[in-house]
Amino acid sequence: MKLQMNTTLALYSVAEFAANPGRHLSTAEIAARHGVSAHHLAKVLSELARAGILESVRGVGGGYRFVGNARRLTLMDVIERFEAIDGGPAKTRVPATDIGRALAAIESEIDEMAKATFRSITLATLLRLIERQSRHASAA
Amino acid sequence: MKVDVRDVRRDDLHAVIAIDAAATGLAKPAYWRSVFRRYGDPDARARHFLVACGDGEVVGFVVGEVRDWEFGSPPCGWVFGIDVRADVREGGVGSRLLEAIAKRFRRAGVKKLRTMLARDNTLILSFFRSQGMMAAPFIPLEMDLQAAE
Ligand SMILES: CC(C)(COP(=O)(O)OP(=O)(O)OC[C@H]1O[C@@H](n2cnc3c(N)ncnc32)[C@H](O)[C@@H]1OP(=O)(O)O)[C@@H](O)C(=O)NCCC(=O)NCCS
Repeated sequence: MKLQMNTTLALYSVAEFAANPGRHLSTAEIAARHGVSAHHLAKVLSELARAGILESVRGVGGGYRFVGNARRLTLMDVIERFEAIDGGPAKTRVPATDIGRALAAIESEIDEMAKATFRSITLATLLRLIERQSRHASAA
Repeated sequence: MKVDVRDVRRDDLHAVIAIDAAATGLAKPAYWRSVFRRYGDPDARARHFLVACGDGEVVGFVVGEVRDWEFGSPPCGWVFGIDVRADVREGGVGSRLLEAIAKRFRRAGVKKLRTMLARDNTLILSFFRSQGMMAAPFIPLEMDLQAAE
């Protein structure tokens, strides 16, 4: 399973904002850090603002800050603003044959695992994982 | 509320049964008495049944055991039940219980903690994830057994 570009950008951005609660970051700052176009990222950030996860900050520099609840906001809450994990249209393309049905059952096993995983990981849990990994990396 | 975690005692069972019944919708007194017989020995190193007490009442429990060489993997600590009374959840009791049983497992010399959860139980999945647990390199499988001919 591979998430679409915008979804991945949204996850990166939300993690970045949640790690710096209260601080406002500009679109350009995040775009530069992840090597993407600011124009492209702007659309993603405004969708996150519409979802009530970010709040736009007016004034010099502009930008956004995190207003979600990192302990309850899950990766799935972010992902589903941008795409449907259960394959959506691909599912309806599966021909109604015995082979099609068997393959669709296998695909849906994978989707269900992915959904359960994304639903159970909050931003707070993700931030703790990032911290643990960087501790391991610096200890190694 | 100050919470202490200790080994279960026989007279805690009614509270354990009630907490489990409230979470699962099913009272299973015979099951819990048998779990107590098998896991309730405070001197056993491989089987643990702990309760969390606050204000003189049992408000949660955890049960687990060391499992040896299952599916070819070295001994691990296996948690097969954890429950916190609904009115005291989100106050750190679950974390305390898991920490306490992990400590027992460490003392028994194991290096991994494992559990298996219903995929649609987001609450308990989120809880274990928050404690740092990740997907294990195993896949649970099942099939319907046909009735014997
Ligand atoms: C899962 C359970 C044991 C957690 O107990 P708890 O005492 O509430 O846990 P804690 O307060 O230590 O919470 C630790 C973390 O778990 C996660 N968590 C707990 N409740 C949550 C909820 N309602 N939503 C999302 N995450 C939650 C959070 O990350 C929390 O950390 P935080 O407080 O920093 O947000 C408890 O909710 C419970 O007993 N649920 C029913 C269990 C069940 O279904 N048992 C039957 C099958 S075994």
